[in-house]
Amino acid sequence: MSHYLDIDHVGIEFPTKNGPFRALQGVDLKIAKGEFISLIGHSGCGKSTVLNIVAGLYGATEGGVVLESKEVSEPGPDRAVVFQNHSLLPWLTAYQNVELAVKEVFKGKLNRSEMHEWIEHNLELVHMSHAMHKRPDEISGGMKQRVGIARALAMQPKVLLMDEPFGALDALTRAHLQDSLMEIQQELNNTVIMITHDVDEAVLLSDRIVMMTNGPAATIGEILKVELERPRNRVELADNAEYNHYRSQVLKFLYERQRNPAQTEGKKKSVKPRLVGKGEAA
Amino acid sequence: MKDKLIHSLETFGLTPMVPIVRLASGENPKQQFQDLFEKLGLPLIAIVAFLLLWSVSAANVQTSLGQLPGPSQVLEQYHGLVAEHKEEREKEVAFYERQEARNAKKLAANPDAVVKIRPYTGKPTFFNQIFTSLYTVFTGFVLGSLIAIPLGVACGLNKRLYSAVSPLIQVLKPVSPLAWLPIVTMVVSAVYVSSDPMFSKSFVTSAITVTLCSMWPTLINTAIGVASIDKDWLNVGRVIRLHWTKQVTKIAIPASLPMIFTGLRISLGIGWMVLIAAEMLAQNPGLGKFVWDEFQNGSSNSLGRIMVAVIVIGIIGYILDWLMLSLQKVISHSTPEGAR
Repeated sequence: MSHYLDIDHVGIEFPTKNGPFRALQGVDLKIAKGEFISLIGHSGCGKSTVLNIVAGLYGATEGGVVLESKEVSEPGPDRAVVFQNHSLLPWLTAYQNVELAVKEVFKGKLNRSEMHEWIEHNLELVHMSHAMHKRPDEISGGMKQRVGIARALAMQPKVLLMDEPFGALDALTRAHLQDSLMEIQQELNNTVIMITHDVDEAVLLSDRIVMMTNGPAATIGEILKVELERPRNRVELADNAEYNHYRSQVLKFLYERQRNPAQTEGKKKSVKPRLVGKGEAA
Repeated sequence: MKDKLIHSLETFGLTPMVPIVRLASGENPKQQFQDLFEKLGLPLIAIVAFLLLWSVSAANVQTSLGQLPGPSQVLEQYHGLVAEHKEEREKEVAFYERQEARNAKKLAANPDAVVKIRPYTGKPTFFNQIFTSLYTVFTGFVLGSLIAIPLGVACGLNKRLYSAVSPLIQVLKPVSPLAWLPIVTMVVSAVYVSSDPMFSKSFVTSAITVTLCSMWPTLINTAIGVASIDKDWLNVGRVIRLHWTKQVTKIAIPASLPMIFTGLRISLGIGWMVLIAAEMLAQNPGLGKFVWDEFQNGSSNSLGRIMVAVIVIGIIGYILDWLMLSLQKVISHSTPEGAR
């Protein structure tokens, strides 16, 4: 398999008042083009940190990330991020939010009408054409996340990074969005790294599930290859033995081999302060 | 239509009008009358009570300038001020008419004659002084905002810069305008030297004093507003590789606009308060000078005229605050729900 994206022995330390805190140690993962990877693990295990290092938002203390034989040193649109709490700019409409990215990324490459077409095309892809001139506070949580995905897709990234994209949504909306994401994936065949808490989501969407051990010094515990045929259908898979086998594998890892640190060690501070999703229901 | 009207009334802080609109559209009259009483009736009752209390207690205070004026005497003085203003304007019109006639005559006699057009130099009336004050306060306020907002954004984006200047801000912030004024006066006299000055020194001194005293809330609020922006928003900017100037104009400033406006509102309030004191000392021909001159004048009308000024100063301050609040609601994307 060709190594499109290479996360090479990445470790990171954060300076704290009580000396350095080692969050990640020897995270090593090679990802092929068009692969859909899920990162799963308990809260505070550094999943988001891995994603942020690939995005270039954090710099690794040791090791590094190589994308298409070029080392990642700063954030860039080739590694677009879908943030957990959508992070749309509230004073811009859905269209303008996507436009801000498109104008910056395709400056000098597309003319105005081409940009306009491209923005509309991406909003259509996530089924948001009907509300593209609404502002984030006028649309539901699920719709906001759709726009967030459209914004990331519109950058035509080499790798799409998704940080618990559906974490703050209710189950039904989440299922809709997962289906949309699978559709888009079928069409565009993006390389995706997605962080999730949700075992079903991981099995349903991924080609491989990367299970992380608990921090500190978290690393990859196990990698599970999911060889279910695509397109996948959640209803049919519910009774599928293979699907349930994958599911139980992940569950066993999470709840037997890596007990939730919150249960074993009492309440411990999470590795890094993260923004709690605003908890809006769709 | 009705809902839109009500919404815009609420946006502009005209809540007492809302029940009237609802009443006109025949919406549950009993509820609306109750609403009207609470929003309009109660304040009116309080004002009437205050006026009564004032007139009764004022009648019992004898000063060296005669009895302390009550509401009716103050109203009288107000009419006096209006009459003075009208008289002065008539004089001005007459002056220009005379000047024009004289010049026309001169030109008729000798087409090559050089005619002089002189501006009217009558004394400023109370209403001219109001405009001078407003003009001065806005000059100082705009000047202060032009310094405070960029500096605040810089402090908000750079924690180290903020730690560096924060003690300075905290020390300079509580200084009274009366303490600044002598320094500002001397500096302006030394630096602002011109044979044909565009602005009078008293105006420059007053405006700068307003700037010095009023810029701090804007500076602090901008810094805090920018520093507390959702980190993800800035990360969005980093991912699409926005140039830092665009990061500021497209993300940092719009995101902190509500906070900036709260700061501006406080600043303008302080500026207006400071201005009156500054004008008294700097002798800028605004409301402050009006009060001071009346106090020095010491006629039997003086106290009443000063009270007119006090009321006008209060009302203008209220209007300025209301203007800023409305502007904030119109411009910024999210206002706290409670303020609506």
